[in-house]
Amino acid sequence: MATPPLSVDRLAEVFGPHRNYEPPGGWGDAARRPDALVKTHCSFCGMQCGIQLKVRDNRVVGFEPWEAFPFNHGMLCPKGVKRYLQGAHPDRLLSCLQRTDAGFAKISYERALAETARRLTAIRDQYGPDAIAVYGGASMVTEKAYVLGKFARVALGTKHIDYNGRLCMVSAGTAYKLTFGVDRATNPWPDLATADVVLIAGSNTAECAPITTYHLWQCRERGGRLIVMDPRMTPITRNADLYLPVRPGTDLAVFLAMLHVIVGDGLVRDAFIRDRTTGFEAVRASVAEWTPARAAEISGVRPDDIVKAAHWIGETDRAMGLHARGIEHHSKGVENCLAMLNLFLATGNVGREGAGCMMITGQGNGQGGREHGQKCDQLPGMRDIRDPAARQYIASVWGVPEESLPGPGKSAVEIMEAIHRGEIKALLSMCFNPVVSLPDAAFTREALSKLEFFGIIDFFLCETAHHADIVFAGSLQEEDEGTVCSAEGRVQKINKAVDPPGDARSDALIICDLARALGRGQHFDYPGGTRDIYEELRLASRGGLADYYGITWDRIERELGVFWPCPTLDHPGTPRLFADGRFAHADGKAHMQVTEWRESGDPADATYPILLTTGRVVSHYLSGAQTRRIGPLVDQCPEPRLELHPALAATLGVADGDWLEVTTRRAALVIQAMVVRTIRPDTVFIPYHWPGQRSANRLTHRTLDPRSKIPEFKVSACRLEKVAPPLELSTWRREETGWGAPASGDQRSDLPRSDR
Amino acid sequence: MNGYQFFVDPSRCIGCKSCMQACAECDSHRGVSMIHVDFLDRANSIATAPTVCMHCETPTCAMVCPADAIKRGEDGIVRSALEPRCIACSNCVLACPFGVPTVHVELELMMKCDMCYDRTSIGLRPMCATVCPSQALTFGPADLIERQRAARPVRDFQFGHEHVRTKVWMMAPTDVRDITVDVADYMWKEQ
Repeated sequence: MATPPLSVDRLAEVFGPHRNYEPPGGWGDAARRPDALVKTHCSFCGMQCGIQLKVRDNRVVGFEPWEAFPFNHGMLCPKGVKRYLQGAHPDRLLSCLQRTDAGFAKISYERALAETARRLTAIRDQYGPDAIAVYGGASMVTEKAYVLGKFARVALGTKHIDYNGRLCMVSAGTAYKLTFGVDRATNPWPDLATADVVLIAGSNTAECAPITTYHLWQCRERGGRLIVMDPRMTPITRNADLYLPVRPGTDLAVFLAMLHVIVGDGLVRDAFIRDRTTGFEAVRASVAEWTPARAAEISGVRPDDIVKAAHWIGETDRAMGLHARGIEHHSKGVENCLAMLNLFLATGNVGREGAGCMMITGQGNGQGGREHGQKCDQLPGMRDIRDPAARQYIASVWGVPEESLPGPGKSAVEIMEAIHRGEIKALLSMCFNPVVSLPDAAFTREALSKLEFFGIIDFFLCETAHHADIVFAGSLQEEDEGTVCSAEGRVQKINKAVDPPGDARSDALIICDLARALGRGQHFDYPGGTRDIYEELRLASRGGLADYYGITWDRIERELGVFWPCPTLDHPGTPRLFADGRFAHADGKAHMQVTEWRESGDPADATYPILLTTGRVVSHYLSGAQTRRIGPLVDQCPEPRLELHPALAATLGVADGDWLEVTTRRAALVIQAMVVRTIRPDTVFIPYHWPGQRSANRLTHRTLDPRSKIPEFKVSACRLEKVAPPLELSTWRREETGWGAPASGDQRSDLPRSDR
Repeated sequence: MNGYQFFVDPSRCIGCKSCMQACAECDSHRGVSMIHVDFLDRANSIATAPTVCMHCETPTCAMVCPADAIKRGEDGIVRSALEPRCIACSNCVLACPFGVPTVHVELELMMKCDMCYDRTSIGLRPMCATVCPSQALTFGPADLIERQRAARPVRDFQFGHEHVRTKVWMMAPTDVRDITVDVADYMWKEQ
């Protein structure tokens, strides 16, 4: 059973997270006189800012802004500035590991491959290929995502491959495909500055996509107005012209009422509706009952503010929408997005400069990572895996029979649930830390402990890897090359700065070697390395929605990125979608969708009267597997705190800095209070970057959106109680309790720190 | 960098501290930031503000320095204290109207922002203003700022009876509005 071999405290002693504060060689001359400046991109969010890494003696020793890159002009957030400290990190895995009774033992790469292949083959022979699941990640370059999807379907023959993008923007992606026919932001980011009105719904833009703030502030400088809809005042709210303090889980009511106003007050653009959309009549009928007063009762947003927002959007032909996980992490996340898109379609605000609607993809390669095949229902090129023509084409590119390609598999949370039920026996995971990032963390731990085999490819021993049987030492972003697609839809080049250290390898190489060990090497022969994978990807994407065929690595370097779709080598790329008047559906129309109101999956009641919502802080990235190891970023936000309003704090007798126990229908955790007037009095907030005792995801629930399968991270019912501070803060900070061998019975790991 | 000026617009600040993190990467003071970002009143507001040295034309820090250790260059940049002269008395720390200098006790030295003159002298913009994601800190031509910004740059400050003119410009609002920052004030009814 895949339980940690040692106490988590002991594992943390050896594998971290430790905090790295200085570049390799310290603050001396190395960074002042680098051997090379490598132009590449930050690894830490969907903005994919251009950055130059300073390299000396095959190690990344610092950074220099890349002012010529057109998206960010040298601008970076603190994660970008300090990202270089993840290289040459003391926690870096330098060799493959195998779990033994005494801890994790170093093994050769060849033995790790052979052992993994042997175990996976045995499980496949005994239970069938669908007893194996694969997890991928959206922070990897697109080539890795592509080859992992191919590996699952061609080398393992399993239908169960999904990725941590399932926790990111799949609700938006599903909604955009339903409405527009394609899953991508409609406009390039500088369009924001040209809008008259921008509606920002459910996006802590300043902390999660900091560079976007620049474009929004430029919009305001020229007189544009910002509407911010969020249960919290996040930094972007400081310059909002209209703030809508929506109760968590009720965004849909506000959108429906705004459309009600747009319809009722004659703000619908009839010609646009007639010529370019379908479904409007049903949508119009569906909002008839949604008066602002009704939405106000549900959402806590003032009726007159709903009317004002609707008029601002409806009275201009330059309105833009920006949204992120705040409206997407819901059991009606797809509905929320559909309803928001309807506002912009009804008012004719799509398909022009300064008019469109954009999701802010969160992960480093959130866009590219979902386009080419590690999503359970898609084949490369954003093709539907159920579409016979798509299957036939991809099978021909891969040189396999069409009927050998599995159909759609389970999504990320569903895979974990199938593991828990014992249906899935083996898991191979790359670039995913579900112990921290999936909802209901105790359930995730229980599930992982039931696996008969668990293999991981990663560069640090993340909390999830504590359960692994075999750990491959993979590659950091700067140790390999490839492409990413930014939130704008711009395909960009990641350049290799350094070699993987020790016995670590490129992730893509590991996957291909594993395919060889499984006897399927003939389909994974890429003598030219990642470039060959990209060439095959270009071909596989050809004719698909996300068509990369015209985008070569050389073009990307020369043109500083190319926007897809780009079907031919002489095609300029497509920064702005639908500018030709056609949407991506076969009929060229946008298909407006009816949405129906429903409650969230974990509603408040008398026992759990308060709403808990979760999110990010600016100095951390996702599960924190990387940023909790970068000292200056940890110092900026060392621990999670619970934000609550003074009115709520007063009812609990709590002052700033006091400790609270938060209890949901799953679990309880103890956390320090931060009393601020910048959050709704019926709502509390905890950032989710931490594991163990401090993990917000111990509290969250596994209710999924029925279409996107995204978990409902953004609203859980909870109750609060003032408690005494933990006796030992070190115990509170432990990565996890109740897992692994008891600390007293530990044998020392056979791996001294210097030998990793 | 001819004609480039340094502008601070606190209303744009998002409190991300990218400027501080980048400042600590500068070659002349590696690992230590010479600037800071503060929440003005976190209990009541998300407002933050960055503080860099304003580089006064008649620097109070230099005037009160008993060791004559603080010099203003011909470029108008007020330097950190000269290492052999500084006696770490903290007079400058107490006197600066903007709260900028810091005495590093272990070095017995006052250090502060020098507007990255090591970078500007070779055609690079100061680190903080280059990375700042919201461009609350901006280093650029004055005419560009005039064209692109609604706020008005000022560099004259009155502290009691003392008038201070600085090299760095502060963006000031052309009209002042009351700012309410309680979520409850925006909500429908008392919920």
